[in-house]
Amino acid sequence: MGDVAISIQDVSKHFRLYHERGTSLKERLVKVRTSRYDELWALSQVSLDIEEGQTIGILGHNGSGKSTLLKCICGVLQPTSGQIVVQGTLAGLLELGAGFQPELSGRDNVFLNGSMLGLSRTEIENVFDDIIKFSELEQFIDNQVKFYSSGMYVRLGFAIAVNVDPDILVIDEVLAVGDERFQRKCMDKIREFQEKNKTIVFVTQSAEQVRQICDSTLVLKNGHSIAFGEPGHAIRTFRETLLEGPDGVGGTVIDDADPNAERVIEFEPDSHEQPIQILDVVLSYPDDASNAYLKSGDPLSVRVAYQAENDIDDVIFSLTIVEPKGETLLSTSTEQMGLHFDVKTGKGAMEFAFQSWPLLDGLYKGSVGIQSRKGGVMYDWKEDVVNIEVLYDGKSGGLLNLPISGSFTTGNLNERGQ
Amino acid sequence: MATDASASSSPASALGENVQAEARVKKTRVVSARMSIPQRLKNIWTNRELLRNLISTEIKVKYKGSALGLLWSMVSPAMTLIIYYVVFGVILKNSIPHFVIYLFSGLLLWNFFNLGVQSATGIIVARSGIVKKVAFPREILVLSCIGTAGVFLFFQSLVLIIFMVVLGVAPDWQLLPLWFLTLFIVALLASALGIALSAINVYMRDMAHLIEVILAAWFWACPIVYSFWTQLHARFHHAWESWLYFANPMAPLVLTSQRVIYNAPYVHLTSAGNKGEQILPPWRATTYISWNVELLVVSSLLLWIALVIFGRLEGNFAEEL
Repeated sequence: MGDVAISIQDVSKHFRLYHERGTSLKERLVKVRTSRYDELWALSQVSLDIEEGQTIGILGHNGSGKSTLLKCICGVLQPTSGQIVVQGTLAGLLELGAGFQPELSGRDNVFLNGSMLGLSRTEIENVFDDIIKFSELEQFIDNQVKFYSSGMYVRLGFAIAVNVDPDILVIDEVLAVGDERFQRKCMDKIREFQEKNKTIVFVTQSAEQVRQICDSTLVLKNGHSIAFGEPGHAIRTFRETLLEGPDGVGGTVIDDADPNAERVIEFEPDSHEQPIQILDVVLSYPDDASNAYLKSGDPLSVRVAYQAENDIDDVIFSLTIVEPKGETLLSTSTEQMGLHFDVKTGKGAMEFAFQSWPLLDGLYKGSVGIQSRKGGVMYDWKEDVVNIEVLYDGKSGGLLNLPISGSFTTGNLNERGQ
Repeated sequence: MATDASASSSPASALGENVQAEARVKKTRVVSARMSIPQRLKNIWTNRELLRNLISTEIKVKYKGSALGLLWSMVSPAMTLIIYYVVFGVILKNSIPHFVIYLFSGLLLWNFFNLGVQSATGIIVARSGIVKKVAFPREILVLSCIGTAGVFLFFQSLVLIIFMVVLGVAPDWQLLPLWFLTLFIVALLASALGIALSAINVYMRDMAHLIEVILAAWFWACPIVYSFWTQLHARFHHAWESWLYFANPMAPLVLTSQRVIYNAPYVHLTSAGNKGEQILPPWRATTYISWNVELLVVSSLLLWIALVIFGRLEGNFAEEL
């Protein structure tokens, strides 16, 4: 905690989106009155104080104004009103390798880019070796940059930016590039910055990155700041806006008045040809009345209600869960679980109960089905009807919330059988 | 609307002190819609290293892979020189002795101005990639064009010196410092024009084409291939004609350059008893000096206005490009 590094004071940015804008003199003169445009407030009265040494993530949809805010902080754009006061030196990584001159060698570009970030020649010479080492381009540094692969390009760009040692580092969604090993290196460098009490502002769409490295998170929606605070809370808000859709009309999925709306999915019986049909699917978990999210590690049950036209022996209920990228995580059925069930005419329900939900945050989808054991007749199948929004409060990343604890041992370790 | 009254420095200057590690004082930078002109000039000054790099990049890239390299920067003006010499000196037979030197002393100045303004006008649009992504004073891009033109000026001056030595023409040594002032004023004028036009060109792309046409006409409004004194002065019957001619700041600057380099207000023709012909105006040195001092003030003022225009237009560059 300390001084304010970046003070964003009531910043608004106004854009005019022209329909077929004339950029020539003639068009300007002819169409001086007719030029049509939409007004767009990319940022509306955003105020925020970022303290020195903090790492701030900015979450938001495409078009929510996060890049605009970042550009304003860097000084590439000027706010229409309001002002931003930046204390200390700032290096902005809006695009890695922006300003590289393809015809020049890597070496010359380091000097060109370094001076673009405000360094003198001697200062660049002082960090030149660090830059080359970090970028791992020792053998290619005298090659023209136009022969570099995109990965090499990015590596050099990042290496320059982090080695100029700014007080404040501003990063747009550039960490998504490069191979995994380099990404890890970048993250290490960011942690190093954090340890040196430097201020970092970065834009991302990855809730996971935010949780891992941010002290606070700002959520933007249509240019408005809708949440600022600790990452868990901000991620929750971000998820909510995500469900509302980018147009911000909102409320299509989650109805504030009825928190159950999302978790209860009812179906109209579409025909009476099938002897058994799914009526609805209900998710239940602790605090589900007030909370649209399942907390990672909490129990969850998926209840499938059905209506049977007649008695059917040996019915199988199946459940498939897929992770956000579409990989199947679980595919099971009552048969595989060793359960036998004979359906009687009328309504009933089958419940899949998870003792604890072991996955980290994300949106998981599930499909349920009812089929016969004999002959494999599919009575009913509901694809992707289960939406499980999971929130994880911890900082670990990855997919699984494995039960884990840690302990330290000091002194003589021989007793452990070395 | 906020102001930057409290702003004390740019990120660059603060970075400059970064080496001193812990003891440094944090610099404050304000991003807002308005920035004062002194602040702009200060930002440009703190980024002079970038200016230097941009100029050297421009020259390196331009002659990358060409065998003659920088020699080419002399070939094109030399060709112009030869053409004008052949047309006006040999075919049309004017009476100016050492016509090459006369021509060169004006052409040099014009080439600097012409190249500077023309490349500067399109530069913001041409370098939109970095304008949209990297924060630095954008005027630097314009100045790099003027600077690049200045480098070419330097090499062409070398050619001029060779010509002068070969033809045995000496400049007016006493007035030589004035020539450097003249060059500086041309640089100021070109910067002012370049800064204003480059910003306008972002919004009206015609500017780059328009200025090309204007410069072509402008060239003939300067006494470069003809003599103002022998061919024009006598034809001016009204004060306003002369006034109009000298409303073009390049005209007196070209005359100054000729006065210093060509250094022959009177030319004595070979035939005996001839009074001699005036090629250059028979003004005293003080006249030239006061011309230049006035123009120094005017061009500084123009530069100021250009920076104001640039500042107004710059806010939306990233959106318009």
